[in-house]
Amino acid sequence: MRQTRFKTWKLGALMGGLLSAAAIAGPAMAADAGSFPDHNIQYIIPFGPGGESDISARLQQKYFQDITGQQLIIQYMAGGGGAVGWSQLNEMDGDGYTIMGTNLPHIILKPMGKDPGFKTEDLKNFFYFHYSPDALIVKKDSPYKTLDDLIAAAKKAPGSVTVSGSGTQSANDIANRRFESMADVKTTYIPFKGTGAAVTALLGGQVQAEWGYTTTAANHKDKVRMLAVAADERHPLFPDVPTFKELGYDMTGGAYRGMAVPKGTPEDVTENLSSLFQQINQNPEFRQKMENLGFVLINVPYGDVDEFMAEQKQAYEEVARSMGIIE
Amino acid sequence: MENLSFMMVAFSPINFLLAVLGVAAGIFIEALPGLSATMAVAVLVPVTFGMPPEAALIMLGAIYTGAIYGGSYAAILVNTPGTPAAIATTFDGYPMAQRGDGDLAVTLSTMSSMVGGLVGALALLTLAPLLAQVALKFGSVEYFWLAIFGLTLISALSEGSALKGFIGAGLGLLLSTVGVSVIGADIRYAFGSQFLLGGVEVISALIGLYCIPVLIDLVATPSAHLEPPEEGRGIRFGEGLSLMWRGKFNALRSAIIGTAVAILPGAGGSIASLVSYSEARRTSPRSDQFGKGEPDGVIATETANNATVGGGFIPTFVLGIPGTPPDAVILGALLVQGFRTGPEMFTTNVGVTYTFIGGLFIATLLMLPIGLLIGRYAFKSIVSIPKALLVPSIAFMTIIGTYAIRNNPFDVVVMVVLGVVGWVLSRYGVKPSPIVLGLILGPIAEQGFVQGYLMGNASGSVMGAFFGRPLSLAIIALVLLSVLFPLWRAWRTRSPKETANGH
Repeated sequence: MRQTRFKTWKLGALMGGLLSAAAIAGPAMAADAGSFPDHNIQYIIPFGPGGESDISARLQQKYFQDITGQQLIIQYMAGGGGAVGWSQLNEMDGDGYTIMGTNLPHIILKPMGKDPGFKTEDLKNFFYFHYSPDALIVKKDSPYKTLDDLIAAAKKAPGSVTVSGSGTQSANDIANRRFESMADVKTTYIPFKGTGAAVTALLGGQVQAEWGYTTTAANHKDKVRMLAVAADERHPLFPDVPTFKELGYDMTGGAYRGMAVPKGTPEDVTENLSSLFQQINQNPEFRQKMENLGFVLINVPYGDVDEFMAEQKQAYEEVARSMGIIE
Repeated sequence: MENLSFMMVAFSPINFLLAVLGVAAGIFIEALPGLSATMAVAVLVPVTFGMPPEAALIMLGAIYTGAIYGGSYAAILVNTPGTPAAIATTFDGYPMAQRGDGDLAVTLSTMSSMVGGLVGALALLTLAPLLAQVALKFGSVEYFWLAIFGLTLISALSEGSALKGFIGAGLGLLLSTVGVSVIGADIRYAFGSQFLLGGVEVISALIGLYCIPVLIDLVATPSAHLEPPEEGRGIRFGEGLSLMWRGKFNALRSAIIGTAVAILPGAGGSIASLVSYSEARRTSPRSDQFGKGEPDGVIATETANNATVGGGFIPTFVLGIPGTPPDAVILGALLVQGFRTGPEMFTTNVGVTYTFIGGLFIATLLMLPIGLLIGRYAFKSIVSIPKALLVPSIAFMTIIGTYAIRNNPFDVVVMVVLGVVGWVLSRYGVKPSPIVLGLILGPIAEQGFVQGYLMGNASGSVMGAFFGRPLSLAIIALVLLSVLFPLWRAWRTRSPKETANGH
């Protein structure tokens, strides 16, 4: 069923506007007339509030305002693991004042084999700003001190090592499949609803390991230990944790986050947005805050997005084929 | 005593003012059907970025406290729970309002919410690290059994016929499977619609199932929406106070249940208020009055759901695992402010933590005067507004509220369709509460079951996974008790008027 377009972002804008006007933080708006952006931008997160997509967007908010004098108004459009939002993006106003968070591997995996209402190549991504590297995590008191310990246990009794993660055919599920085939082991992957529930299962001792991210480990630093990180280099927060590459497994990846505009958005506006967010990415304070939470910053501006997406798509298609998601 | 001095920071004029503002804003937002506590907190998060962390947290905590309480207005006066936590408030609150005791119900809800909020905050202050460890003991299997327990309460809560209660619950369970499943990523009952992929949103179902039938009945019957109160009656403070005193054990028990259930991430307020409601009814000498406007029913649910505020912060602070959806937003705000949860919250950042808890106490205490003031006007205006104005205003709010949850116009369609279906079903005795419970508990039961099964397989014993843990066995015992107790009581009394038994 096709809906007529509801122009109702205004409600949120109105509420946000009223409330922020009422609050103490009344920033002086000093934008030049005629320059982009000359009013607030709606930033839609296709997930619920409180997750990593939300948190990283919230961190951008402040610096966006510092640079432009305008606000990023964050809205949520949760449902279908992002599909509800992405399937509606291209019907929204393409004037540069509506942008939406996009996530890898979600936007590549979802349209494979079934129709979630959008196609990967229909999303006009303009900037990828960071990723949370995949990490294999155990409790502090786990008998698995190293990745080899876990592999040895899994080899000894195939399927007996339980690993929690967020969702099926998700970044975590894929990471586990890749790891299984590289290390030639069999584990039992147990999907949970969200990273929070997956880490709870680990902390409660229900599972022996968890596929999470460096961010998960940063958040539960005192209680967990990472066996290996799927990044090119060791994370500055965890200088003692090896990368999978160092251990001989060619694994890098994680949850990448970027932004897209509706298809009709003019090229110059899109370029403009891309350079604005690149500026935020270069702010040392922003970089420090992101790093402290466990994120890894990347810069993929509009001009490089196509190439980046092509690489990612190829990598995930291989895994998807081996998982039987596509023929 | 150092901690006490941190708590006193919350009393600084500016922090106090923020708490007043927060509570009032929370009450207003939540009093409108459909605008949820999560949304109230999320909308205000950017406002708090410019503030010092203590002030920001106090304001967010106050909004949350006010919002959970404010949900009771719509439940009592319009029969529409603003949050799942307020479902059970409609059972007795609305009948009270219908017979002209809406003001008393609001007063009781205010006092109960304060008591519940204080107990929850006290638990957060004194027992947080200990209780958080209990929360971790709850695994997938325990969540599965807990959901089953919740479903068995339906039979106890069904008006008239347990069978019709289970029909409703079955419908709710079926609705909960719509969309992309968490485990397996299968697409179920989406009929090719991209909108149905996101599933049936619980709050929009709540609004539809409860509010639309009220609207239809308002239009279909000539009588006034609520019985007008006698002239010159105040807020019935004294009367409320004596009822509270009579129900003190009920209130205390409900507050403890509320706190205890809230420390379980994901289960939260709806189960808490249901369990305390059914406990209140089971132990009350007036149990046949429950569901017909028994004040103790309102006391039980409202103490329980406000106790979940403090209780929910326990796993949020100690483990970094949000207990409720609004907690997730507040946790996000904490991270953006540069704080990490966990033991640090009680060591390095102890100042912020205790100031926040102090703020929570202030907000809870402020709820009494602010709530009574706003509640009085809410009641008066709902009673005195002519129907021709009331119906379109509520209808408008239901649509805006439903849309705003996920910014999804299709949720509005689902809301209206469910509302009409719910109206028809309730004419045949299938009430909305079992349907909504099925919708909420379905995913908890499903995920818990599959996860438990997978873990059992990996360890070599599926039966052991489901029946081998002491905590599971305790919950199974509760399930049996809640199924068998009504049978036993029916057998013992053998009264011919058994059909009138309860809600």
